[in-house]
Amino acid sequence: MAGRRRKPKLAVWKFASCDGCQLTLLDCEDELLAIAGEFEIAYFLEASRAVVAGPYDLSLVEGSITTPEEVERIREIRRQSRVLVAMGACATAGGIQALRNFADIGEFKRAVYATPEYVRTLEHSLPASAYVPVDFELPGCPPSRVQVLDLLDAFLHGRRPRIPGHSLCIDCKRQGIVCVMVAEGIPCLGPVTRTGCGALCPRYRRGCYGCFGPMETPNTESLSAWFTHRSGLAPERLMPLYRSFNAAASAFQEASARYATPDQARQATETFWARAFAKRENPDGGEQAPADDQG
Amino acid sequence: MSELSVLDSRDLPELFAALQRHGFRVVGPTVRDGAIVYDELVSAADLPVGWSDEQEAAHYRLKRRDDDAVFAYAVGPHSWKRFLHPSSLTLWRARRTAAGVTIETPAEELPRLALFGVRSCDLHAIAVLDRVLLGGPFVDPYYAERRSRAFIVAVNCGHFSPSTCFCVSMGTGPKATFGFDLALTEVFEPGRHVFVVEVGTDEGAEVLRQVPHRAAEPWERAAADRVVETTAARMGRRLETAGLKEALYANLEHPRWDDVAQRCLTCGNCTMVCPTCFCFTVEDRTDLTGTVTERVRRLDVCFTTEFTYTAGKPLRQSARSRYRQWLTHKLGSWLDQFGVSGCVGCGRCITWCPVGIDITEEAAAIRSASELGERTR
Ligand code: SF4
Ligand code: SF4
Ligand code: SF4
Ligand code: SF4
Repeated sequence: MAGRRRKPKLAVWKFASCDGCQLTLLDCEDELLAIAGEFEIAYFLEASRAVVAGPYDLSLVEGSITTPEEVERIREIRRQSRVLVAMGACATAGGIQALRNFADIGEFKRAVYATPEYVRTLEHSLPASAYVPVDFELPGCPPSRVQVLDLLDAFLHGRRPRIPGHSLCIDCKRQGIVCVMVAEGIPCLGPVTRTGCGALCPRYRRGCYGCFGPMETPNTESLSAWFTHRSGLAPERLMPLYRSFNAAASAFQEASARYATPDQARQATETFWARAFAKRENPDGGEQAPADDQG
Repeated sequence: MSELSVLDSRDLPELFAALQRHGFRVVGPTVRDGAIVYDELVSAADLPVGWSDEQEAAHYRLKRRDDDAVFAYAVGPHSWKRFLHPSSLTLWRARRTAAGVTIETPAEELPRLALFGVRSCDLHAIAVLDRVLLGGPFVDPYYAERRSRAFIVAVNCGHFSPSTCFCVSMGTGPKATFGFDLALTEVFEPGRHVFVVEVGTDEGAEVLRQVPHRAAEPWERAAADRVVETTAARMGRRLETAGLKEALYANLEHPRWDDVAQRCLTCGNCTMVCPTCFCFTVEDRTDLTGTVTERVRRLDVCFTTEFTYTAGKPLRQSARSRYRQWLTHKLGSWLDQFGVSGCVGCGRCITWCPVGIDITEEAAAIRSASELGERTR
């Protein structure tokens, strides 16, 4: 843009992660030249060994914070970065590795490593925001190409990124996809999941797995009660449903805690069903929704 | 009653061919992904012949029939808004060049659409969109262009969904009474399978002239009448509309709103499938180099927080306030704004709500509470 003196310095950092987010960035094949043209790629080891010293204008952080060294490193990166963006489920919610948050890390160490004493790790896998102020979070496992580009674009032009917080359902409907939950009885996390993936799973006739984490106002109690009472989902399957890539995102963490054991899951959904669904009066005598028997 | 003709079911492909010869791209019902959706139809073979559906709150299943009925289904997940008021539309593009900024409007020539198989509720829904998008001081040129060029083949409802359709109580069906070029009634009796055709416009007559047809016999007229009469008589679900707006306005703090908010996922499915919900948002998309910007219009719904994001935060934060906005707009303030109800009784929001929230049930609950209040006052 006219009047811009120097290219902003872009850095891409990796913490505990699978590199999928960085690959999403590299996957922007048509735009890579433009990215390299608009930014000075100062630190992006997955793309180039050339390293330019900080400070950086924009830091994209992939991965969760899982070791004491990483805590120090994310603090240093924060100090060096004008804008810090957490990218992906690991950096925004702790990732799949946050499953450790629900168990005893010592036990894992003993089960996996011959000499567990050599492993120095934190008890919890946490998002960057647990340790440093984060300017913006890009959800998704992995984030969407479109959203990554929009973020870079927004940064360059000084506007707010356009990363909606609403349900996946709205994008399902925009694309004219037939709802798998209603038309096939498949339990789908779409109504409580943030949009961003382009409705990939429903498009291929599968329920949403929640890769983009909780939507802005997720009602997991209602959806879960519907799953167990109408979609034929066994109550014990609720907890694992919420405990995946975004297990430690607060709304999903709350949900999986609510359904932690099969008994708790049965009780919680039954209580909710009785309170919210079953007891509502039916003033004009019309029929109640029938059991959705297709499981 | 105007002249009625009869088209033999074997000649339905001829009607398609005639529409295509007239330059129409035919869009209408077809089976895809476990539902009867609206899509482009290449030929009559794409129609859902021998298919039906079963619908309840949050439940839809395709059903095979053992006959060749063409229109034996109720309205599905799509509505005609898909074609007339598309979910995403690029309005214009600005390009920065050495000479300055140029604005380009997409110059694609829109095909003329023939909407094939429009039910009466959906004719009313299109009429509602007409009022909203064409009837006020600001005419929506994008809708106007699509709408004015569309040809409508309506279908009178012989099949309906007993637990979701409620057009009779809304005064919007099941018989198509206006707004079509041609209207078909499928008369399907043992040994006979014909379409009784009513002509609505000159262009409709012109298309029909190119299709083999004959004048309807008295029994065929009677059979066509019976089709809609039977549907009307069997429709169980209803929404009591008299005084409903007032009842809603008088009960904005009713506990029932909290009750439905417990169940509501604020997912927005109900508004997305509604054939009259028209709201959209406008986004500017820039490119990385700052040389091209696109202005894009996308359907939006009042269930997102972004919808009311004003001065730093959304006005409607609770699920309660968002569900209340949707229901009171559809059934109440729409009347103040546009002189008609925003609901045509198609039942889509009932079927496609993932947790089976039923607009007629919620409205009735609020109303009965209101009447109770009046009686005890
Ligand atoms: S398929 Fe899933 S995400 Fe799509 S509309 Fe249905 S519930 Fe929502
Ligand atoms: S509110 Fe529901 S029943 Fe009424 S027109 Fe909209 S989708 Fe159809
Ligand atoms: S109900 Fe909501 S989405 Fe529909 S027209 Fe009204 S404000 Fe718009
Ligand atoms: S009423 Fe149903 S479809 Fe509409 S937002 Fe609530 S849960 Fe979603």
